[in-house]
Amino acid sequence: MMNGRLQVPPSVKKGEPFEVRVLMQHPMETGFRRDMNGKAIPTNIVNQVRVTLAGSELFSAELGTGLSANPYLAFYAMADASGELVVEWSDDRGEKGRMAAQVTVA
Amino acid sequence: MIAVLFFAASAMAGVEFQSADVRALQADDFANPGMLWVTKGERAWREPVATGAACQSCHGEASKSMKGVAAAYPKFDATIGRVVNLDERIEACRRVNQKAPALPAESEERLVLSAFVAHQSRGLPIQVSIDGLAKATFDRGAALYFTRAGQLNLACTHCHDRAWGKTLLNETISQGQPEGWPAYRLEWQSLASLQRRLRACFYGVRAEQPPFGDPDLVALELYLAHRAKGLPMSVPGVRR
Ligand code: HEC
Ligand code: HEC
Repeated sequence: MMNGRLQVPPSVKKGEPFEVRVLMQHPMETGFRRDMNGKAIPTNIVNQVRVTLAGSELFSAELGTGLSANPYLAFYAMADASGELVVEWSDDRGEKGRMAAQVTVA
Repeated sequence: MIAVLFFAASAMAGVEFQSADVRALQADDFANPGMLWVTKGERAWREPVATGAACQSCHGEASKSMKGVAAAYPKFDATIGRVVNLDERIEACRRVNQKAPALPAESEERLVLSAFVAHQSRGLPIQVSIDGLAKATFDRGAALYFTRAGQLNLACTHCHDRAWGKTLLNETISQGQPEGWPAYRLEWQSLASLQRRLRACFYGVRAEQPPFGDPDLVALELYLAHRAKGLPMSVPGVRR
């Protein structure tokens, strides 16, 4: 399971946008770099990110090689009721990451 | 001597020589990429290992037991019998108290622990002892700091005392203070130890790089820490 950080506000207002911040630990290898012996380092990037709130999908995204290592994402979401916000991602090697945070509508 | 006195009175944190976006990244506890390593270190602190108890089961809450610890390293350790840096002290604790197998220098498992422990000293002033059994190591570090090396034939002092604020290959030379290390270096896309940074300076002057763990690197770390006396720790720093 890959390492990351997820941040949501301690509480949110019903129907009002709140910021979600995501940081993933990942080398985001572009496939263009070479190692010390001149061998090409294979491409390995986070290719899929999926975000759900209380089980329903907020969005999913396909990422490209343009992002630097340890990518940082921030976006806005809205909630009508409290629920768990889940971020799941996977990379070219099939490794997965998952983080969850409770969104509390106050 | 005058230069030294002036200098001691005006130690400036490395981050002050960084661009505004890097400064903002270091200040943002969420987006600071170094915090990924700190978070991992916190998990490692709480979890027992295959061969022994968790760090926490002996040391308790790190926010209390490890507060200020990093600010006093490098330090002479009576059991080990020499001056060690924080990373070496933790490694010794892992091997003796956790009976855990040795980890290679600069491995992620080692970095996360030293970053997490050093993070507990954030904001606290660096304060090392250079007396008694630490004296010889300090003297060695001070001598190295002023010794020319490499094909460029420069000593640390030529860049970090006489040329700070000037630009070198697109980088602003800082005072070479250690308070932000382990730091996340954008160029390396990773958290890195102070020793890795020092090795890069050796490389920069085309000198032979001492291996990780070399007593000369620890001696330089002690000299730098004494020179940085009073400067608040800020691990994990972020650097270009
Ligand atoms: C040719 C100039 C040069 C020499 C000589 C040199 N360095 Fe550096 N050093 C740099 C540059 C450039 C950087 C990266 C920018 C910065 O933070 O200063 C750096 C970074 C550092 C840093 C990290 C500072 C921070 O806040 O991130 C430390 C510590 C350091 N050097 C110590 C040393 C020591 C000890 C020596 C002698 C063994 C040394 N340097 C020799 C140019 C030099
Ligand atoms: C079985 C108990 C035990 C475990 C497990 C343990 N330690 Fe220790 N640790 C000690 C003892 C005992 C000392 C020595 C205390 C002293 O010298 O005052 C020590 C010393 C230290 C010191 C030096 C403190 C100082 O003030 O200089 C650090 C840092 C440290 N341990 C970190 C860790 C970390 C990180 C882990 C987990 C990877 C860990 N320890 C696991 C018992 C333990």
